[in-house]
Amino acid sequence: MALTPFIYEFFALGDAAITIDLGNRIDKPLNEEIISRYYQFKQEPLTGMIEAVPAYSSLTIYYDIAAVRKKIQDGSTAFEYLRKEIERKLLRPVQTTNIEKRVVDIPVCYESEFAPDIDKLVIPKKISREEIIRIHTFSSYRVYMMGFLPGFAYMGVVDESISAPRKTQPVRTAAGSVGIAGNQTGIYPLDSPGGWQIIGRTPLELFDPGKQEFSLLRTGDEVKFYAISKDEFYQLKKNKYRR
Amino acid sequence: MSLTVIKQGLQDTLQDAGRWGHQAEGINPTGAMDQYTMKVANILVGNDPVETVIEMHFPASAFLFTQPALIALAGADFAASINGEPVPYLHPIMVGKNDVLQFHKPLSGARSYLAINGGIAASEWLGSSSTNLKASIGGFAGRNLRKEDELLTCQPSIAMYMPQHEYRVLPWKADIRWPDEHTGILVLPGREWEQLTQESKENFTMTSFLITRQSDRMGYRLNNIPLHRLTNEEVVSSAVSFGTIQLLPDGRLIILTADHQTTGGYPRVAHVISAHHSKLAQYQPGDKVQFQFTNHAKAEELFLKQRQYLQQLQNACTLRLKEFLHAG
Repeated sequence: MALTPFIYEFFALGDAAITIDLGNRIDKPLNEEIISRYYQFKQEPLTGMIEAVPAYSSLTIYYDIAAVRKKIQDGSTAFEYLRKEIERKLLRPVQTTNIEKRVVDIPVCYESEFAPDIDKLVIPKKISREEIIRIHTFSSYRVYMMGFLPGFAYMGVVDESISAPRKTQPVRTAAGSVGIAGNQTGIYPLDSPGGWQIIGRTPLELFDPGKQEFSLLRTGDEVKFYAISKDEFYQLKKNKYRR
Repeated sequence: MSLTVIKQGLQDTLQDAGRWGHQAEGINPTGAMDQYTMKVANILVGNDPVETVIEMHFPASAFLFTQPALIALAGADFAASINGEPVPYLHPIMVGKNDVLQFHKPLSGARSYLAINGGIAASEWLGSSSTNLKASIGGFAGRNLRKEDELLTCQPSIAMYMPQHEYRVLPWKADIRWPDEHTGILVLPGREWEQLTQESKENFTMTSFLITRQSDRMGYRLNNIPLHRLTNEEVVSSAVSFGTIQLLPDGRLIILTADHQTTGGYPRVAHVISAHHSKLAQYQPGDKVQFQFTNHAKAEELFLKQRQYLQQLQNACTLRLKEFLHAG
């Protein structure tokens, strides 16, 4: 049996959650391992598990203390019991779970009206707006994790030439805004205070609680942006409401 | 109709045990800040302990009952009255048609709970009726209660079958003091605790910290002596939970509570144990919080003790209510 090449560390996220940590970094193979373990634990839940939450390089299991303690005979804590159970499961490499590989194309209008911060990148980066758009739409981005807001996807990795620090103070940010923070990119699903540098806006609805699949994106997706004009933006928005 | 909001409160929402199971999609659990007290309120009126309740902050809403109801108040004492006469917390109360429930003064605590027998009808999403203010979903139209909102009960209240009379405080009271000898807030060390300087570590446990006005259902900002880490290493975002104490870039601390984001990238100094979430939820800006470290064994033991106490309370209250209804 092949041992998995990853080093797992465990730490308590309080007394009712345990985090499996693969290293404090943004790295595709680590994230792929996290996602497959996430699906593994979803399919074969751990004792007392309430839910599992994948992040860049960690997976957190929330559990019901009482439900775990019921299983324990030897006086150990729920935390210890679960840690051992997880360790046993991690010894086995994941049977390649059938995770649907999805590529999601997202139209973005990069025109000034929707891109309040794009010019802020032009000067320090010595780069034209056209270059920023070309670079942002050139690569595809992996959804490393969901968080912050319902349906908010943390995507990476953004090319160094257009990476930008967060704002020092959050400002009002419109739903659909496409932003950059460090070498991550993301889309605000809702109107919200936000600290990412906004370079465009998508007419697509990222979060719709009325749908069975309420989030357009999910962890593990591959996202590709493409530029649209303002006319196309409004056309797409209109079409959505007609449907 | 069952009750109508006749005066809007500061931030009163419908809440339950929270919306669990979707944090992986960025859906934060929300739910009542003080789960223990929410359960006490429900138990007093014979509901499932996690039935939907109204969570109130001061100034709280005023309500007009349009039908008889069996209600109970628990949590922060806001000097409640019915038709202008003071009524106690932690007692079941029979209210009649046209009775008016009001709150006058914040005497203690931060959050007050109103439970109604039969449960409050609320819009559910993903198995929970908790209000998610950010996503504008769940509870009452996904928002705070406003003047003229009309709330219904899920099932006809047992009060409907009682003879019409003046409002009446039933003669038994829930004692909510579960056996816990700790005055401070017990915590477990967080992932980055060991990265703090020795001085910062001492400050964390030796000093009590003021809870600032920048505190709400998302979290409490503390006015602590700035703490420092031995490293500048950035923390890659990962899951956080109710009670996670994060170190902000300016050295201050924030304790995450019910409406926290699902993930965070600030260093995790410590975590408040589950059994002390209720106590934490009743702190107000201006109160001081004192942390004290414990271990898993103790944290779990306290959690089980609290849960067991609640079970005993439920047994006792169910019995009293049954006897009362039987006697008519």
